[in-house]
Amino acid sequence: MSPLSSADTDAEATEAVETPEVDEAREAVVALFREELGDAVLDHHIRPGDDLWIRVERAAWRQAGFVLRDRARCKAFGFLSAIDWLPSPYGLGEDSPTDAPPEPDTEIVTGYAGGDTRFQVFARATSHSAKLGVTLKTDIPDDDLTLDTWLSVYAGVDWHERELREMFGITAIGHGHLAPLYLPGEFEGHPLRKDFPLLARHVKAWPGIVDVEPMPAEAGGADEEASE
Amino acid sequence: MTAISDRQMLAYANAQAADGRVNLEFETQDGMTLNLGPQHPATHGTLRVVVKLDGEQVVAAEPVMGYMHRGYEKLTEVRNYPQVTTLVNRIDWLGSFANEVPFILAAEKLMEIEAPPRAQWIRTVLFEMSRIANISLFAGDMSLHIGALTAAFYAFRDREFVLNQIEAVTGGRFHPNFDRIGGLKDDLPKGWIADTKAAMARIRDYCDEMDQLVTGNEIFEARTRGVGVIPADIALQYGLTGANLRASGVDWDLRRDQPVGLAWDQADWQVWTHPDGDSFARFWVRLQEIRESTKIVDQLLDGLPSGPVMAKVPRIIKVPEGEAWVATENPLGEMGYYVVSKGGLGPFRTKIRTPSFNNISVVPWVCRGVYVPDVITILASLYFILGDIDR
Repeated sequence: MSPLSSADTDAEATEAVETPEVDEAREAVVALFREELGDAVLDHHIRPGDDLWIRVERAAWRQAGFVLRDRARCKAFGFLSAIDWLPSPYGLGEDSPTDAPPEPDTEIVTGYAGGDTRFQVFARATSHSAKLGVTLKTDIPDDDLTLDTWLSVYAGVDWHERELREMFGITAIGHGHLAPLYLPGEFEGHPLRKDFPLLARHVKAWPGIVDVEPMPAEAGGADEEASE
Repeated sequence: MTAISDRQMLAYANAQAADGRVNLEFETQDGMTLNLGPQHPATHGTLRVVVKLDGEQVVAAEPVMGYMHRGYEKLTEVRNYPQVTTLVNRIDWLGSFANEVPFILAAEKLMEIEAPPRAQWIRTVLFEMSRIANISLFAGDMSLHIGALTAAFYAFRDREFVLNQIEAVTGGRFHPNFDRIGGLKDDLPKGWIADTKAAMARIRDYCDEMDQLVTGNEIFEARTRGVGVIPADIALQYGLTGANLRASGVDWDLRRDQPVGLAWDQADWQVWTHPDGDSFARFWVRLQEIRESTKIVDQLLDGLPSGPVMAKVPRIIKVPEGEAWVATENPLGEMGYYVVSKGGLGPFRTKIRTPSFNNISVVPWVCRGVYVPDVITILASLYFILGDIDR
């Protein structure tokens, strides 16, 4: 380590202190979760005055649900779904079918409140009294795509967990009736996973490819490059 | 006579066996199975409700959807941000403009830009007009399911005035695709404000007409009062939102309680609730909501600020890395987009939280023990759009 780099970090630290925006209501919710769940709260992220994310361990998922409903008083259930953090191997699907496919990027970069695995389940509920919403997240390891059901927490999670099973292949243990919601029973695969191709794009190339004209600024830039 | 092959014989036997299975299901000890839909008029599209009956009483009701599943969440992953509004327009097709707004707001939140005030006001006006177009049809539709055909004609007639005004601004009656990141595509046309105020007056007349025709009607009250009661805690657990929640006595409206930058706080209006939680309450709350919406539109048009309708945005829209959740009080309830961006041209993942999905998930709970005709009024009063369930 050079002295320069430590000076840099110091500067960053003081900058962070200088921004006094502290969201007390949301900090209090995080404190509640830490009090109830201890180390099972892995990380959190607050956008002051706007939103709150908390990531908990998968083993504490249901307990976190009860804390969310009863302690944080988020009685109004919003939704439950998942994110597949694997970058899509197919890109935007707008590449010319004759060109070589783009080099697939396999590095998994997760969002707010971090994450360790490819699949992340997230759910949201709102507290009407405090007028704030909380997004809970939990990581689902690849070799065991399961988590506890939230049916005993919010009855309305029923269809959301069916959708989760259908679209991501993540099973809510204890749900009991995870029949597909949208697709026919014989459908194979989990469409919202990133490695599930959007077949329409493969059958017929994106028509936008042919009629995209370069933006004026871009065209100018290209000319300059050409003249050079 | 041509010989029948083994294959044909087998197919015939299988078909017979399938018929047998259906009959068996129809005549079990537990009663009979009735399919409402997928083409039933009460389903406004193609929802099927499988109802198990004991006599005329419902033992279990299970909605079956997916007939309208278009996979918008997957499609947004191969679109860039400006293209997504074209898709989400088609989620709730009766109040399309309102679908665009939360998505655009989520993108704006991630980009940390804000539309100029005039754009925010016009957005609010168009948002409320979508609500009027959507809910005025509901009032007619609900009466239709109870047997009052006239009200439905009135609804279609008067909704047209609002749609004409939306068309005059956006060029589209149903799919405006008018909202842009950073503002709006265009300003209002000349003479539009006066015409819109006239249309709002018409809608208020329409509400009065509906009140006279339907609200106090003896048959209507008999069919809806005390039918399909949803208590507040059940409504919250199932994630019911919008008028369905307010009809259960929960005083919660995102327009007032979690404002997202639009101009609702600039107008004087009221959130209506009803303590009963039955089909009648849901109808009544919605009718009041249209009245409030016309008030909002009138007031905002009076005080419309001048200025540009578009903020400065780059020509090629790249949204910085981050996650954003924006929900607004759409005609059907809370509609929200959870947008995950990785800094690209298009969203990495979009979770579309539609109100009807949650609103209809309460059907198995609320239909248990009611009679067959009440299933229709309950479905009508919960009010859903198929595209809004299936996405």
